[in-house]
Amino acid sequence: MASISDSDLKEMTQDERVKALGMTSEQLTGRSMFMEFDADASDRFLYPWAPEVDFNKRIEIDSDQMTSTEVNEEIKKFMDQGYGTIVLKNPRGKHSIGVGILSKLNLIIEGSTGYFGVGLIDGPNVRITGRVGWSCGENMMSGTVLIEKNAGSTFGAAIRGGDLVCRGSVGSRTGIDMKGGTILVGGDTGALSGFMMQRGRMVVCGNAGKNLGDSMYDGTIYVGGEIKSLGVDAVPAELTDLDKNWLTRKLTQYGMVPTKGVNHFQKIVAGKMLWNYDNLEPSEKKLIL
Amino acid sequence: MAGTQYRGSEIKNVDQFIDDSAGLSSEREKEIGQHIGYRYDVNLVPDYKVITPFLSKYMEIMGWDDLNWLEDVHMGYEDGKPAVFDRNINGWVRVPDEIELPDNQQDRDMIARELLVKFQMSDRHPLVTLRKAYMKF
Repeated sequence: MASISDSDLKEMTQDERVKALGMTSEQLTGRSMFMEFDADASDRFLYPWAPEVDFNKRIEIDSDQMTSTEVNEEIKKFMDQGYGTIVLKNPRGKHSIGVGILSKLNLIIEGSTGYFGVGLIDGPNVRITGRVGWSCGENMMSGTVLIEKNAGSTFGAAIRGGDLVCRGSVGSRTGIDMKGGTILVGGDTGALSGFMMQRGRMVVCGNAGKNLGDSMYDGTIYVGGEIKSLGVDAVPAELTDLDKNWLTRKLTQYGMVPTKGVNHFQKIVAGKMLWNYDNLEPSEKKLIL
Repeated sequence: MAGTQYRGSEIKNVDQFIDDSAGLSSEREKEIGQHIGYRYDVNLVPDYKVITPFLSKYMEIMGWDDLNWLEDVHMGYEDGKPAVFDRNINGWVRVPDEIELPDNQQDRDMIARELLVKFQMSDRHPLVTLRKAYMKF
């Protein structure tokens, strides 16, 4: 496989590339890939295709007259040139800005973004000085995103990893279907936050709306204010010293520790009554729903 | 309010899923013949006192103050063998036998994080081939 060069691959159709790389002969049986780590693997910190960027190399982009696609292509172009700090001026609420960045980068957005801002990212540190629309940080894999003002609904939907932080308040369905990572909210969060959460941690320093953690499978929600109501299968749990230490450390990192500390936070986890539905337990289903 | 009972298996000791690979402890698990839940505590937060030099360097290079996405990575156990779940390939990757496991989960988790980063960044990761096959030239 290693003998096929990129130029050879470029000449092929996608089907030919898939066959040439041996991807159609793989036997997928069971759950395991039957792969093993290489104990002698070299120390590498970035993906093989990631551009070498330097945080000290800085450039500004004025996106006033640009489309979202042009902005994203410009970011990629400057990353390929080694710029590690990119300042985006005049975003003017454009949608889908800063999506799909799969390497380390400092991205500073001076202003507000529309929906799906910085979605599908894996590695960058993003700071947005304004507000953000729906689904900011959706499917984020790693990195940090800090929003200085408020955020719309489905903030951090399906997030897999990293820190997604909003200093203000956020809309409903925050962290819906989240599968990892940390969501920090300085203000309040709307209804159905943590809906179908599977793992990860959500911290709300203010109040939470109705049906918090509805149908959550796992993960942890911490709330500093009042909870309007808990959703199905979301249950209170004891706040341990480990939780307090983690909360203090994480909130300190973003300068968001409440003046009265973290001891008053409520901890919500999954009751795990919704796990493993199948046709063997119809009576239990009726009891829960 | 529904549900106050914990339905997953209690983790009694660090080698539980190595010694008992089936892990069928509750009546429900025995009934369906399948372990319910993860083979590690997904909510265990890392102890930074036992962080490895490699991971410290990784944090520094990425410009992060903590382990970031790696806080969710733990050493799990698949079929009685130590393994780490790689979200990028949606599968378990086994820890080689020659690596000696420490006697506590926090140290094991740090090893798991280090192995996973090295694997994901290497040329032998399946994502590299996948990218070559499907990338837009």
